[in-house]
Amino acid sequence: MQREIPLKILVPIKRVADPDNANKIKINPAGSAVDTSGLEWKMNPFDEYALEAALRLTENGKAPKARIGEVVVVTFAGKEAETTLRAALATGADRAIRVDTTDDALDGRLVALALKALVLAEKPDLGVMGKQAVDGDTNQVGQRLAELVDWPMATFAASVREEAENVLLVGREVDGGTLNLRVRLPAVVTVDLRIVAGASVHSRHTEAAFKYNDGVRFAPLPAIMAAKKKPLDTKTLAELAPGEKLTSPYARFERPSQRKAGIKVKDVAELVQRLSTEAKVI
Amino acid sequence: MANALVIAELGDDAKLKKSTLSAISFAKAALPALGGSFSILVLGGAGAELAAEELATYGAAQVLHCVDASLTHYTAEHYAPTVAEVAKGFALLVGTATSFGKDLLPRVAARLDAAYAGDCSGVSAENGRLVYRRPMYAGNAFGSCTLDTPIQVATARQSEFTPAEPVSGASPLAAVPKAAVGAAASRVEFVSLDAVKSERPELGDAKSVVSGGRALKEKFFEVLEPLADALGAALGASRAAVDAGYAPGDFQVGQTGKIVAPALYIAVGISGAIQHIAGMKGSRVIVAINKDAEAPIFQLADYGLVADLFQAVPALVSELKAKRAG
Ligand SMILES: Cc1cc2nc3c(=O)[nH]c(=O)nc-3n(C[C@H](O)[C@H](O)[C@H](O)COP(=O)(O)OP(=O)(O)OC[C@H]3O[C@@H](n4cnc5c(N)ncnc54)[C@H](O)[C@@H]3O)c2cc1C
Ligand SMILES: Nc1ncnc2c1ncn2[C@@H]1O[C@H](COP(=O)(O)O)[C@@H](O)[C@H]1O
Repeated sequence: MQREIPLKILVPIKRVADPDNANKIKINPAGSAVDTSGLEWKMNPFDEYALEAALRLTENGKAPKARIGEVVVVTFAGKEAETTLRAALATGADRAIRVDTTDDALDGRLVALALKALVLAEKPDLGVMGKQAVDGDTNQVGQRLAELVDWPMATFAASVREEAENVLLVGREVDGGTLNLRVRLPAVVTVDLRIVAGASVHSRHTEAAFKYNDGVRFAPLPAIMAAKKKPLDTKTLAELAPGEKLTSPYARFERPSQRKAGIKVKDVAELVQRLSTEAKVI
Repeated sequence: MANALVIAELGDDAKLKKSTLSAISFAKAALPALGGSFSILVLGGAGAELAAEELATYGAAQVLHCVDASLTHYTAEHYAPTVAEVAKGFALLVGTATSFGKDLLPRVAARLDAAYAGDCSGVSAENGRLVYRRPMYAGNAFGSCTLDTPIQVATARQSEFTPAEPVSGASPLAAVPKAAVGAAASRVEFVSLDAVKSERPELGDAKSVVSGGRALKEKFFEVLEPLADALGAALGASRAAVDAGYAPGDFQVGQTGKIVAPALYIAVGISGAIQHIAGMKGSRVIVAINKDAEAPIFQLADYGLVADLFQAVPALVSELKAKRAG
């Protein structure tokens, strides 16, 4: 059966305080919260990669202007995150949804429960998302969502090839190598860093030999203007996950103990001598 | 009294992974607050019984095993229903913070509607409740959380928990049936595992690690293998080296790669980005070889050598060999 929309993909994206930043993460004096003031906010890098993968799956790499499918981005955040959604729309996503809430009202369980409600309403064929959000580093939402909707999943994906309609061959980066899984849609894929290499993602419309530029695509200026007119709906967390509340509250935060710089050795001979007599590791 | 259940990790060859022993240590650390005992569940195809026997030597109240042909190659869709079914009798479910545990445990947690704390570096008891300590923001902060659901699910970072040691006596073994799977299981198929073959120790277990960065270029193995051989070390890499194709993905050390804490870590041609540091700063002794004296890696290296790696590494290998011979 030919689908109305060839492939519909839901991509949850989170706006995070970038830990890779000159003003490093601070903890408030009470130790009760991470102080993100002065940090730069950006799209979680893994979600940027997920969006790129979703775009590649809904186009022919040679003629990317013609969309073959629909990418819907969703975030759970306050209004300020709408700039992140607009950026995703400018990059090529077709539609956006913001679920109004705040970071401190969320945990992975809640996000997954709410995403389930969205999946039931939107009926995508695929959820593509980051393997982890680099603020909490919790790495759980994709796996949870897959279970809640009883879909197969392929986490930590470094490559995705659409073998045929509804069939993905996914290369997962695992300890010890690459694990190849075949999943039938609908499914959840969570992506790892290497998903944005040039030959990592191929839709069935893209020739096998086609190579993208490494990395994510950037939005040209006209697309940024056009993105302002793309649909952006809002919903509330309460309508998607009624009666649910946070179950993994954080009571305390600390800075890790800092290592001190040691010494500079003058040459290889001194290094070996110190490693053997001082550090006693060789 | 509440009990803990540890999910054992087996390799694709059905051999027990050492990461499991760290998960056992995590469970033991949680026991005083729980007041009960810990059990172990192992799933797999043929050969998993052998792993169960091996696991019976770690002091568990019981070792449960579920052996089924459909469990030979791990997929979460086939494992999660059984793990969740068994876990219903426990207050705490502990897995390994490896690609296996991080894939499986959140899925099981969702099935149990349980809260999850991943990649824990510590667990303690406060006012009779378990507090989970875990790194966040690429290791720039540690957060302590509680899990407010009847069953709590966590994964333990191997580098933070000393592997459990065998004790005297053997735990009783019991077989458990495989639970019915959902529709998801029929839509996933294991195709193959492209294993990175190596005679070297595994990154997570190694006493010494030699890691290379972008600077190694196509000479990654040519330059670093002799050094790793001389030290009996595992090989690691920065993301940049992996992205460029100089080293396999499985080598990546860092926030989103492997977390290592060997006695000796040698960073060669690695600048020291926070995401890399997050994966190795627990090492006992850190050596950095970099030609840029301002590279951030020198801020945490115990011994820094400012030098061109293409000269320094071969010289280091000769020096080590000479020392051994002498
Ligand atoms: C979401 C996210 C996750 C990430 N996760 C990880 C992760 O898990 N692990 C990780 O490593 N990175 C990770 N990164 C990437 C990280 O930010 C850095 O880009 C990466 O670690 C840099 O690798 P590098 O040090 O090899 O390369 P560079 O930063 O390019 O450093 C190369 C170094 O080599 C030195 N050099 C050059 N030539 C020579 C020579 N001849 N002799 C000696 N020294 C020389 C240079 O002085 C320089 O310091 C992540 C980034 C993001 C955004
Ligand atoms: N607040 C959020 N809004 C949108 N997506 C989210 C949010 N939190 C988590 N996600 C998604 O879940 C993935 C995994 O996040 P986590 O399990 O929190 O590490 C992220 O890469 C996002 O795709």
